[in-house]
Amino acid sequence: MEFLRNMPFFCIILSMVSAVIISIMSDKAARVFSLIVIGAVGIMSSLTLIYVVSIGESYTYYMGHFPAPWGNEIRVGILEAMTATLFSIVMFASVLGGMKRVFIDVAPKKRNFYYIMVDLLLAALLAMIYTNDLFTGYVFIEIMTISACALIMIKDNGHCLVAAAKYMIMSLIGSGLILLGLSMLYDLTGHLLMSNIKEAIELNEASGLYQLPLTVTVGVLCVGIAIKSALFPFHSWLPDAYGYSTATSSALLSSLISKGYIFLLIKIMYRVIGMDVIRETRIGNVFFVFGVVGMIMGSVRAIAQTDVRQMIAYSSVAQIGYIYMGMGLGTELGMLAAIFHIFAHSSAKSMMFISADGLSYVSDDSKEFDDLGGSAIKNPIAGITFTVGACSMIGIPMLAGFIAKVCFADAAINASTIKLVIVMLALAFSTLLNAVYFMRAIISVYRPIKEEDQMKIYPRNPKFIVACLIFIGLNIYLGTNAQPILDLILEGIGMFA
Amino acid sequence: MFKELITNLFTNYYETAAVIIFGIGFTTLLLNKNLIKKIIGFNLMDNAVYLFLAAKGYVAGRKAPIVVNNVMDVNAYINPIPAGLVLTGIVVSVSVTAIMLALTVKLYRRYHTLDIDEIAIISRKGGI
Amino acid sequence: MSKLKENYKDSASQKFSDFMTGDLEIPDSPPARKKPDKQDKIVDADEFFSEFTISDDIQRRELYQAFRHRRFVKHASKLYSIMSAVIGLIIIVILLITVAYLPKFGNKSNPDNNIVSQRYIENGLEETGAVNIVSGMILDYRAFDTFGESNVLFIACCCVLILLRNDDDEPKPDEDVIDFKRDIILEKAAKFLVPVILVFGIYVVLNGHLSPGGGFSGGAIMGAGLILFANAYGFERMERLFSYGTFKKITFGALLFYGLAKSYSFFTGANHLHSIIPLGTPGAILSSGLILYLNICVGLVVACTMYGFFALFKRGRI
Repeated sequence: MEFLRNMPFFCIILSMVSAVIISIMSDKAARVFSLIVIGAVGIMSSLTLIYVVSIGESYTYYMGHFPAPWGNEIRVGILEAMTATLFSIVMFASVLGGMKRVFIDVAPKKRNFYYIMVDLLLAALLAMIYTNDLFTGYVFIEIMTISACALIMIKDNGHCLVAAAKYMIMSLIGSGLILLGLSMLYDLTGHLLMSNIKEAIELNEASGLYQLPLTVTVGVLCVGIAIKSALFPFHSWLPDAYGYSTATSSALLSSLISKGYIFLLIKIMYRVIGMDVIRETRIGNVFFVFGVVGMIMGSVRAIAQTDVRQMIAYSSVAQIGYIYMGMGLGTELGMLAAIFHIFAHSSAKSMMFISADGLSYVSDDSKEFDDLGGSAIKNPIAGITFTVGACSMIGIPMLAGFIAKVCFADAAINASTIKLVIVMLALAFSTLLNAVYFMRAIISVYRPIKEEDQMKIYPRNPKFIVACLIFIGLNIYLGTNAQPILDLILEGIGMFA
Repeated sequence: MFKELITNLFTNYYETAAVIIFGIGFTTLLLNKNLIKKIIGFNLMDNAVYLFLAAKGYVAGRKAPIVVNNVMDVNAYINPIPAGLVLTGIVVSVSVTAIMLALTVKLYRRYHTLDIDEIAIISRKGGI
Repeated sequence: MSKLKENYKDSASQKFSDFMTGDLEIPDSPPARKKPDKQDKIVDADEFFSEFTISDDIQRRELYQAFRHRRFVKHASKLYSIMSAVIGLIIIVILLITVAYLPKFGNKSNPDNNIVSQRYIENGLEETGAVNIVSGMILDYRAFDTFGESNVLFIACCCVLILLRNDDDEPKPDEDVIDFKRDIILEKAAKFLVPVILVFGIYVVLNGHLSPGGGFSGGAIMGAGLILFANAYGFERMERLFSYGTFKKITFGALLFYGLAKSYSFFTGANHLHSIIPLGTPGAILSSGLILYLNICVGLVVACTMYGFFALFKRGRI
């Protein structure tokens, strides 16, 4: 049992080393190997979760022979273990479900690079989730950015290259700000380890030193990460990147990469700056405003799309708005809702991208609604998966999205009156808009088709079916078993402080 | 108040220079449509941060952190941490620059222009 | 309905939001729906070149110019330029005010001169065995960061490979002949310089724990030597020394060794086990535990990456 505390370390090292090993493998071996690695990481993360829950407290783990302020360190708590488990499951299903599309989209010589990128992405995600050191966080942010860019551009067409260039430019602005913020934070506190920075900040606060630089530093760091995670005004790269890249990449980008940055931001808010300082700087209100605007604008733009992938992409903008709105409420319940929405959205959005790909596979690879008519009848499993995902995003009871929306409403009741009104109105309006565009999508994919089309048999893809079943199971599990998960998240937030 | 501000700026003259360069780089990255200029802007930005860090590590009258003659006194050497951070940062920015340049080469071969707006519009209209 | 939609498309707010997201349509041409098969087809670079004619190029330029000269776009891009300049200025001013209140330059009582740097300086030599404290810090105290960093190099090289590598393995018949012109002065200079540069690079790598330098700087010097050789003697002769296979093997071996060695050290450290790696006498070449070997690994990776970047940019193959 005691041995289980090594698991997070094994996860990170395994995924990093496996990326190196894949570089000399053949394409087929790379596929199998990376699936095995992601699966193993999922199992190890769930073991970590069991271990952390059983000991009931978080622990730190030396990366080297030296204790806290000198060496690198990772920290494991309930929230970290849960996020790692969920992310690895989502990643496993996305990679499995989109494998065939990757095979079609990516040139033969480049296929094993795809799996190198997937493994390094997993490593970066895990390291960002577990790290207790801000500079390690920065290094892995960069790995994540580069691997995300590679996942977009590996499909060699013009749209993807342009999307990758736009993505890189936005990310570079973000990284520059993060690096500057980190340097200033180091200058003010003299530490790079999260818990030590927090102690130093508390000392500075008590003595009234460096108030102004600290505020600016917090602002710079938060804006940097918000740019990277495509918060509303910085989302211009997102629709192209999600809409044209290969299905697995879209799923990974929308459900894991932006969520990884947000998780790091939450970690910085709680464990580095401290919620008291965050409330003083009022950065939460900025998040709240942009989150609400993003919720509405993302949904409005999603309605105008005629391409199913672009529509899901704009819906992602709206969902990221939800998460920032929850964080901006500034209460623990708001954070709880935001974290639950991270889980709900990453399980539902990846599912929608994968199933939309299954739908366009039976419609001559078109992504336009006009051509997708009846595709859900031709490919029933993809149709069901798409419907479940859309219902979850709209907020139909029994599914994850419903619980998330209830949590947001619940959190808003405990916030100030003006925020309550704004949240309720925004939730209602955004849900309505969600219903409009997702219902249109569902209706158009279930449009009746001619009989001779019905006769046409498409080859079944067992991997795709397994992935769809995993996704449906995950969504229903999150939707029906929410209470224990919410309790665990609350306990995890308690461990953060 | 204002006088104090200016005096402080002159005391921290390395940092002052660093943030001005950072701002120039940031604006270049935002303002220019040319991809190569954007890359230059990004590099300016990163290098400004390295200058900032290097200045932060310096302590007046101390030497570079390489042990000479077995002197291991904390008052003999400057802070080694910023040096390490700069080293890591440089490697990261080299990598990102290489990727951006490769992307630019690829885009130029395809669209025969470096203007990102033009590229975006051609790719949208031309469907390639 | 359709009329409403058209009105909506012409409204200023819609134009503005389109401009912000970068998908302004050009209204003069009919909004023809893209044919899906064309849109998703993977266009090979070479194939694309052959299809690409000058008239095409001019046509596109005209398309873009027509777009640029529309009044709204002109105003919007002017506004954008002014806004970004203003944002840049605001950022500079805010940061300048911040800098004025930061700890003073060169002051020894600044927050960053605390117990952390104190231990690195006072106990670094004993604990890591490295005379160069920075080397000891990045490869022992904070080795996880550095492992991440060498992975950044690896992933960057993979990205450039994805982007620029020609898919055909066989070089085109006289590609190297066209590309490469013999230059007697360069050749003679290279004959003298390349060994010196390579030996100097190896020296810097091997003495990374004793003197300024280390894997990154030494590796960059070695990479420069390789690039000079390739420039002077051509890629054909370079391939005898250094081919794609060598590149893959070296990167793989070095990173795998780095990963495994550091995992061992992390594992023993975290579980408070005794590590069998000896530290040696400080100052000797074979000292400071793993740092020397890690420096060699990093040096090899950096040298390969630098040369790899050059070769890929120059001719699309390593």
